[in-house]
Amino acid sequence: MKLITTFLLLSTLAFGSVASESTHLQSAKIDLTDKVSLLRGAKHFVTYCLGCHSAKYMRYLRIAIDAGVDEKTVLNEIAPVGASIYDQLHSAMNKHDAEKWFGTQPPDLSLIARSRGADWLYSYLKSYYIDPSRPFGVNNTVFEDTAMPNPLWQLQGEQHAEQRKTIWGDYTQLVLNEPGKLSEKEFDLFVKDLVNFLVYVGEPVQLERQQLGKYVLLFLALFTIIAYLLKKEYWRDIH
Amino acid sequence: MKINRLALCGNWILERFPLAKVWEEHMTHYYAPKNFNFWYFFGSLALLVLVNQFVTGILLTMNYKPDAKLAFDSVEYIMRDVHWGWLVRYMHSTGASAFFIVIYLHMFRGLMYGSFKQPRELIWIFGMLLFVALMAEAFMGYLLPWGQMSYWGAQVIISLFSAIPVIGDDLSLWVRGDYVVSDATLNRFFAFHVISVPLVLVMLVFLHIVALHEVGSNNPDGIEIKKYKDANGIPLDGIPFHPYYTVKDVVGVAVFLVFFATVIFYMPEMGGYFLEHANFIPADPMKTPEHIAPVWYFTPFYAILRAIPDKFAGVIGMGGAIVVLFLLPWLDRNPVKSIRYRSGIYKKALLLLVISFIGLGYLGTQPATPELTLIARFLTAIYFGFFLLMPIYTRWEKTKPVPTRVTEVHSLEEQLHSLEEQLPALLEEITELKPKATSEISDPAFRSSFFRRRPNPEGIFNVMTRLGKKIKASLD
Repeated sequence: MKLITTFLLLSTLAFGSVASESTHLQSAKIDLTDKVSLLRGAKHFVTYCLGCHSAKYMRYLRIAIDAGVDEKTVLNEIAPVGASIYDQLHSAMNKHDAEKWFGTQPPDLSLIARSRGADWLYSYLKSYYIDPSRPFGVNNTVFEDTAMPNPLWQLQGEQHAEQRKTIWGDYTQLVLNEPGKLSEKEFDLFVKDLVNFLVYVGEPVQLERQQLGKYVLLFLALFTIIAYLLKKEYWRDIH
Repeated sequence: MKINRLALCGNWILERFPLAKVWEEHMTHYYAPKNFNFWYFFGSLALLVLVNQFVTGILLTMNYKPDAKLAFDSVEYIMRDVHWGWLVRYMHSTGASAFFIVIYLHMFRGLMYGSFKQPRELIWIFGMLLFVALMAEAFMGYLLPWGQMSYWGAQVIISLFSAIPVIGDDLSLWVRGDYVVSDATLNRFFAFHVISVPLVLVMLVFLHIVALHEVGSNNPDGIEIKKYKDANGIPLDGIPFHPYYTVKDVVGVAVFLVFFATVIFYMPEMGGYFLEHANFIPADPMKTPEHIAPVWYFTPFYAILRAIPDKFAGVIGMGGAIVVLFLLPWLDRNPVKSIRYRSGIYKKALLLLVISFIGLGYLGTQPATPELTLIARFLTAIYFGFFLLMPIYTRWEKTKPVPTRVTEVHSLEEQLHSLEEQLPALLEEITELKPKATSEISDPAFRSSFFRRRPNPEGIFNVMTRLGKKIKASLD
């Protein structure tokens, strides 16, 4: 018993010290069933991200099918001029230039939501602040010394970081210098739509998967009952 | 006419092939103890998961490309462009984790009921070989998606070979086929994963079952049912495997599939434990991830490796953690098989083993801070203590008398029924009647007759104490 108590005590100590290190993320509260939000997110992605980042496992056609709109709408409203509906979301930037300009090739974003998570992306895109010591003049509280300049600064406006002191410890607060083209609420919605699209792109089949799951589980529940009744019938004579 | 032809054809085969004999020997005339409980589902479930891995694995190879440049893309191609590819891939990835869950529970059953003891030592050895082959299979399979965790996990584990003195560096080079994990490694791991190790697995499963059917199954009472036979030579406590256990195992399969399907359709990543987040980033030999952790089923052994300060000693410790399992039939000196009739000391030791194994498993997923490493060392000591002190503590165990025949089994319905009978009394005890707040009732004449059930702290305390005493008694 003593051993177990010591173990429990030790483990609580350890959990405490690990938990305090993580950054606090804001909840993205995305909704994949909101097709309009997905289409807005796709539009934002093509406008603001595709210049540098590809989403090479995704096709425009798939967006049209999954969002339930026709191919023409996707080509006219979302895809860049000259793209075919069968194209994948390739970026126009070549590897050589990218490495010269940013020091590294901007990663493909098809699976970024699966490796980072929706909340991380949402918080990251909102957490840029002015830092003259960085090559692009900006830094990020969620991803320190990020190589990416802030593509959304015109929309959000520029932020600066202020150190706040409380009895709980110090923390950084980001304060808007001057508002951008969008109000705070509009910008939050903008980022949410974009993250919603990225989560969808991470696994386009996920809604279909959950839909199908209901029927599979229903079948298995019925099958379990029948199997159990069959077993009971066979075992009637075993005592 | 047609039926006659078919029958003739059937006879033609049966005269030349012992199909009926094999079926009889291993199914209809194989007598299994009638008192199998919940823990006896996991053998057949392991077989089910093995078949699942074979079928889905073969389908995956049809679109997967074992090439460092193409592997990652081909997996995403399967996930997006291949019809039902996502389902096949999730069945395979979830199946890998399910395999280990099932196998760990299957092994725990063996520890509880002494299924490794005389005369079943060889079954245990075959089973342990299966476990080692399964770990090799899983380890090599995990490299194939060619994600960051695939790559760096393999890098870390293969580099362990280099800790071996003298031959270490050459050995790890030989395993990798290159100075770092590369296309050459991916190709050979693919070959091993899809053909060599699966063949070994199938052969070992065959040997495991043949050995089992030679001596017969153990049971929760740890009694040899073959000691008491009727006039026809059939064990009195045995029932034919088919149809009794085939229909029973179908129920187990159905319940298992409910859980399996829930994971596949609603949580295929299982919070990053079945499919790790970092593995959705393509392998990059130039970028080491901040935190490298193997998949959850290897983490107990990984935690042991990290807990030991010296690298080579760590490798020995990790290997030793598996080797001691092989020695189990000879470490346990107590002839009583089932935990039901063993002493409190074994029950407590087994409980500690479970705690240390789960604890190590958790620690293996976490970054190694000094505090956590200290706990990991403590748990490693418990893990090895269970096995290495076994010859001592099992020798003077005060065991209980073992019955000669298997004890009565309570069916699920009987258990539910007795629970149903106890429930009202239990509810009565943990709650108390209190008069309802009088202001809510307008008519003063009725005020005293309205009562509400409220939790009774004293009653709850009593029930908890009784439960605690019961748990303590079950460990004696």
